[in-house]
Amino acid sequence: MKDNILIIGGGIAGLEAASQLLKLGYNPIIVEKSDHLGGHVADWNRLFPDMTPAEEVVSRLVAETSEANIFLNTEISFVNKLKDSYNIMLSNGISVITGTLLFATGFSMFDASKKEEYGYGIYNQVMTNRDLEHWFNTGKDARIPEEGPAAMGFVHCVGSRDEKARNPQCSKVCCITAVKQAIEMKQKFPEAMIYCFYMDLRMFGKKYEDFYISAQRDYGIRFIRGRVSEVSENIEGKLIVKAEDTLSGKPVKVTLDLLVLMAGIVCNPDTCKTAGLISLPVDSDGFLKSRDNIADITESPKEGIFYAGACTGPKTVPETLAEARSAALEIHNYISRKK
Amino acid sequence: MDFGFKISPSSAVNLDNVDLSLYDRLAEVEPDIRKCIACGSCSASCPANRFSGMSVRKAILGLQRGKEKEVAKMLSTCMLCGKCSMVCPRGINTRHLILSICKFYKED
Repeated sequence: MKDNILIIGGGIAGLEAASQLLKLGYNPIIVEKSDHLGGHVADWNRLFPDMTPAEEVVSRLVAETSEANIFLNTEISFVNKLKDSYNIMLSNGISVITGTLLFATGFSMFDASKKEEYGYGIYNQVMTNRDLEHWFNTGKDARIPEEGPAAMGFVHCVGSRDEKARNPQCSKVCCITAVKQAIEMKQKFPEAMIYCFYMDLRMFGKKYEDFYISAQRDYGIRFIRGRVSEVSENIEGKLIVKAEDTLSGKPVKVTLDLLVLMAGIVCNPDTCKTAGLISLPVDSDGFLKSRDNIADITESPKEGIFYAGACTGPKTVPETLAEARSAALEIHNYISRKK
Repeated sequence: MDFGFKISPSSAVNLDNVDLSLYDRLAEVEPDIRKCIACGSCSASCPANRFSGMSVRKAILGLQRGKEKEVAKMLSTCMLCGKCSMVCPRGINTRHLILSICKFYKED
């Protein structure tokens, strides 16, 4: 009989791990709390650095996992520890006995309305990175005028590197996402003036620096080094954005038609709840704690419990996929060793 | 000898000659001063900034670069309204920090 492996989360990490485990001859069971697979990537339009359609990535993974057991709209109700396995009760009444669990629970996006000074949910022209991707996908959003904004801005680090929002960590992907979205907006609306308000630009990945140079040189996007301190609305309903241009040491004020907040990556509160059921430790940054942050990222300190993807911290799509493959291999080694 | 003109002093910061002992003593009572990431939120929200150039970010940097006199002069224009502490993403109590800087500078 094939070994059951319970995968919590049907995002790209869970799907990729399931596809690898199928190839290795196991029986992966994916439990997904929402009504669709693909997680956050399914809500995205195109992915850096090659502008790959996100839908392509997700549909490939879904096709590869067609033989896996997948439960949508399902959560973990409770977990019983048996002698050397777990009895897991799902919210749909099914119970699964398995010796191996994979957390692919991912992240949550920071709730941008918590930063009241940026006016998300208060002013009509403030949206988040996710709202903009939704508009790229559907073309429907009342906040974006048909003729395009005359001037717009991107605010980096919303809820990232922010101790007051209890997220001191860098979300890693927003810098490049903002540059990508700025370029996409400029392609759609060549007349628009686009500003990026940043604290530091962290262009660490493959071809990210090329993106940044292209945004400056080919698209004329203006980068201002300073965190936006407050956003207000003038009598015409336009946004007044204030920041310090820390490079010139002078305050700057600009009138915009649209402001996009780069909401950061925070740990998924549901993950913490599920992790609590089996008393998994949480690291100092609020994400799940690996056995070792260099050598054993995909292993938890508890036997038979593994991690893949953004449940252990902010990650890019290729990093998540690589980690999912690595977790599948770790699981295979673990099960082979036990037999 | 008077040539009728003189060379203005160099504005370069020579880190070899910067004495940070006062800054280090300040950092002992205000450890948060080392947490600043120079984002500029404080200066952007400062009501005195556009009139006098008051900026907590510049004050912290100035102390680290040994420009104590300039910092003291700048801080004299602070109105202690505390708006900067509200916007600081690092949660630095900037108002308290400004008072401490003033106190330390007076002691010397």
